[in-house]
Amino acid sequence: MATVIIPTPLRKFTNNTARLNVQAKTVSDMIQILITQFPDLRKHLLDASGSVPSFINIFVNDDDIRNLQREQTVVMEGATVSIVPAIAGGRPL
Amino acid sequence: MLLLYPIIVNQMKAAVQFSDEECCGFLFGMEEEGNVRTISAIMSAKNMSSFNKRETFEISAEDYMDAENFADRNHLKLLGIYHSHVGCPASPSEYDRVAAQPFFSYVILSIVENTVAEMRSWTINDEFKFEEEPISIININQQIHGYRNHSNSAA
Repeated sequence: MATVIIPTPLRKFTNNTARLNVQAKTVSDMIQILITQFPDLRKHLLDASGSVPSFINIFVNDDDIRNLQREQTVVMEGATVSIVPAIAGGRPL
Repeated sequence: MLLLYPIIVNQMKAAVQFSDEECCGFLFGMEEEGNVRTISAIMSAKNMSSFNKRETFEISAEDYMDAENFADRNHLKLLGIYHSHVGCPASPSEYDRVAAQPFFSYVILSIVENTVAEMRSWTINDEFKFEEEPISIININQQIHGYRNHSNSAA
């Protein structure tokens, strides 16, 4: 079992739950489980191609999955998976 | 509606108005029914943009997680983000829209000649379009004044 930390902006889609226990082998499995349980999360966790959008970061323990095996990164028993929105923007171009 | 104490407005102004680069940070507070949000603390963050920092901002994942932890420790809610637009209006850009997260209030401060010329707040709706969120300033007698009716106080 892994613990998934839901960031504040996405808690409106998880009944205000901040931490969820999920049994998943990979990050991809974890996302599918979350989406099955909370369908409104889909458009925030997956883009049109089925990948994690560029403005969402996912960390397994302290490691960004983009530096590991991306969605195929293994989620070890007892791991903490943090979903972290990328906060960015800028002035009108 | 976003309710701001004068000290919060002053802290945001101090954080952004003398920089030639976009400045950014977090907004903390409490939310009541009817989407009334009272901001009681801010936390500045380093602009980590790898593009032109005069035109863009980015907050690191580490700073974001620190902000979530700060909110938990202080029994506050992470309610949004503030950032500055240097030399242009306090309206969200397409980059702001694409990167916007649901739920958050996005306060934008327009900086002209080292002065806050305008401050507006925005939230993204379910169609990923920005809607303006009214800002009101809480005075010391707990009376509420519309910010845009008192825009001189921002300068």
